[in-house]
Formats: sequence, structure tokens, C-alpha cells
Amino acid sequence: MKNVAITGMGAITPLGNGARTLHTRWAAGEIGIRDGEAPCAEFDPLDFFSKKEARRADRFTQFGLAAAQEAIAEAGWAEGAPYAPERIGCILGTGIGGIETLENNFGVLKDQGPERVAPLAVPLMMGNAGAAAIAMRHDLRGPVFGVVSACAAGANAIGAAVRAIQCGDADAVLAGGSEAALTPLARAAFAALDATSTVGISRPFDAERDGFIMGEGAGVLVFEDLDAARARGAEILGIVRGFGTTCDAHHLTAPRADGVSAAAAMTAALADAELSADAIDYVNAHGTSTPLNDRAETLAIKSALGEHAHRIPISSTKSATGHLLGAAGAIEAVATLLTLRDRVVAPTLGLHTPDEELDLDFVPDVSRPLEVPGDRPAVGVSNSFGFGGHNAVLVLEAA
Amino acid sequence: MPTSTTDTATIQKVVFDSLETFGAEPTEIKLEATFESLDIDSLDIAELAQIIDEKFGVEIKSSDAEQIKTVGDVVDLVAARS
Repeated sequence: MKNVAITGMGAITPLGNGARTLHTRWAAGEIGIRDGEAPCAEFDPLDFFSKKEARRADRFTQFGLAAAQEAIAEAGWAEGAPYAPERIGCILGTGIGGIETLENNFGVLKDQGPERVAPLAVPLMMGNAGAAAIAMRHDLRGPVFGVVSACAAGANAIGAAVRAIQCGDADAVLAGGSEAALTPLARAAFAALDATSTVGISRPFDAERDGFIMGEGAGVLVFEDLDAARARGAEILGIVRGFGTTCDAHHLTAPRADGVSAAAAMTAALADAELSADAIDYVNAHGTSTPLNDRAETLAIKSALGEHAHRIPISSTKSATGHLLGAAGAIEAVATLLTLRDRVVAPTLGLHTPDEELDLDFVPDVSRPLEVPGDRPAVGVSNSFGFGGHNAVLVLEAA
Repeated sequence: MPTSTTDTATIQKVVFDSLETFGAEPTEIKLEATFESLDIDSLDIAELAQIIDEKFGVEIKSSDAEQIKTVGDVVDLVAARS
């Protein structure tokens, strides 16, 4: 099977614009949460788009386009892609899609009647709009579609991209996830589920955690057939060693309490990578700060990695960014790869009161160097889980 | 607000303002300019039709689309029907 390289990364997050910004600010202990939410306050669409482009894209698509632009520039594609358009794809995950567009148009429907609903409503709110917009802007004519698996969507999209390259459907794929759901309906709906924090604090794995903080943003990475990337002289940032995905098939929102299916996804990803548990140097946890996720995930990590789980650092990006839902898996893939490349483990911020049941090294509050035994590249796991019981796990290796 | 006699200047202003909102370059918006040259496509025209219906009570049907090539074509059509 073909190896898949990562040659570019882009991110728009509550910590600011840029993939590098995400990891640097997180490692420095910065938190992108304000008043109980994590908006992308630094993002101005007109920094990236013409007025026309901006009004033709829901906010989630804007985030995706901006992240893709950064990733393409890093991959060295700014002056044109190195493969035929038909051989390049774009697979973008999202939890909800253009919900701001949907809500605005529903308001128009109620207040002004059906004849005033915008012609742009459907093309802006559809869940595949992000993938389609990126494809249109960069003339990507290969496999292009959206992926929908709630908060695992970003990781599932990356998994689909990796398989598309390995199977020969494409030479390169832009993939990741995007979400912009800081809207009245989404806010109320998550609160009704008792999923979000009532005190407005993201503190994964802390005994006092009480729910997640809603965030927004996007992560997009450029994946290429490793041999083709080398042949064109690209700088290789990392390798996707493995991918595993499963479903709890258990409950609409709650994870399986024993974490068995999440562990199975981790085990499958390790098997795909042909690595044993002790080859893993770091785990970027899904770590949402909900009571249920963090307990089940801890069990899953222990089950998949065995005793080795106690020997490695594990941290949650969501402690700094909040939960980016369908974009989470993508920005966390970016954060994981930068952790492995820089060998700096950013911490789980806000973790002050250890939970007795959660007895792994969650790197509370302060960054530390990543220790990698011997003379080999660092290898890490990124976990993503979603409502519906979706589990998607990536194994990444720094180049 | 639909009116039975709307002067051309008013129609022109609504059309020009709408096109600017859609992202057309303001200095390029002229009666003789084609929609194609302004990068105004079928989705924009559909939105413009909604605005015209709301302001002047004039319906632009999809069968009209073929006759509408320039900004002036729309202004004339609305003036003729309002």
C-alpha cells in the first residue's frame, strides 16, 4: 500500500489564524475561550476573500477556504498544483455545515415568507459546500465530497483522504474539517443536551469538568502520495502511519462507558501503522471536558496501549481551543504533527483537580519537551470521537 | 413597496445598489455593462429578481433570463412592467 505524506497544513482557530499559531499559543498556555465560547476572533473574511466570494460562502466554508489557502501555500502549490486536476481531491468534514445560513433563512421564512428565502441558501448551507468551494477555488477535480460524523468528521475526512491516495483514486487530497456553529440554535441545542459547560470552562480530565466549550474554525492539510511528493522535491512534514475507525453502535450521544469501540479504533489504527503500542510517544486526546467522554477515553487509551499508556504524555487541544466539533479532528491532527515535529507537548490547560479514575499523564497546565527514545522520528496518536458513537483515530509520524 | 409608476432613476438605483452588494466592481456598473462582464451569474440574477419583486412588484421569470444580458436590459424590463 502507498505511503501518504503531509506536505502542508492550515488552521483557523480560536487561538488565531495559522497552523503554527495554534501550536505555539497553545504551548504558551493561551486560551481562546471568552464568555464561555471559543470564537475565531482574529478571522476577518476580507483578509482572504473578495466581497463576492465572502457572501457566497457560509462562515464554515470561509474557514475551510482560508485554512486550505495556508496549507496549499506551505505545500508549495501556490503557483499551481503539481498533479493533474483530476488526480487531486478535497474531502472536508463538518458536524453541521452552514447552520448560520440555515438559521438566517429560517428567520426570513418566518418573518417575510417563503418567497424571500435566498437563492444562495441551499448552496451555502449544504454540508459539502466547503469541499466544493475549495475544489472550485483551486481547480481540484478528483474525489471531492463532505464527510459527516459529528465531532469525528475532521479525522474521518483525513482517513478517507489517506485511503483515496492509497487506493490510487488520487495523487493528492486536501482534507480536514470545518465548523462554524456559534449560532443561537446550535448553542441552545447543545445546552439542552447538557453537553456544554455551564460554568464556561474547558478542563478536560479534571474532576470538576462539566461539559465542553463550543468553538469554531477549520483545519486543512495537504496529503500526497509520498513517492510522488518526494519526486517533486516537496518538503515532507509528516507521514500518516495509520488510520482506524469504528462505531460504538450504542447511543445517540453517550459514548460506550467502557470505551471498547474507541479502543478498537485505536488498535485498528496501530495495526494499520504496523506499530506496537510502545512505539507511540504522544496521544492527542479527544478530551472534550465532558464527564462521560473523558472517562471512557481514558479507559480506551489504557485498553489500546496497555501499560505503555502510563508512560507517555497525553494532552487535549480542546483545553485551549474549546471543541471545534467537525473541525476538531483536523486541527488536532495539525496540533499533533507540530507536537511531534517540534517535540514540544502542549498541556491540558485548566487541569488542576485530578480525577482519581483518570490516572494517566495528562500534562497539566505546563508544556514540556516530548521525549522520543532512540534515533527515530516521533510518533503520535490523535483521537476523535463524535455523537452517534463515531470513533476515528490517526497515527502520525514526524518527518 | 409596489408602485404603478416607478421612474427609471429609482429602478436604476435599486439595480445598481444590488449589483454592488453582490460584489460587482462599483465603477464597472453601467447600463451597458453585461452581467457576464460584472461576474454576475444566475444565482445573483435570482437574488436580484427577488429584490425587484419586493421593491416594484415586478416578477422576473426564468423565461426572461435569456433576454437579460445587460444591466440596462433589466432596468428597461422593470420600467416597462411597473
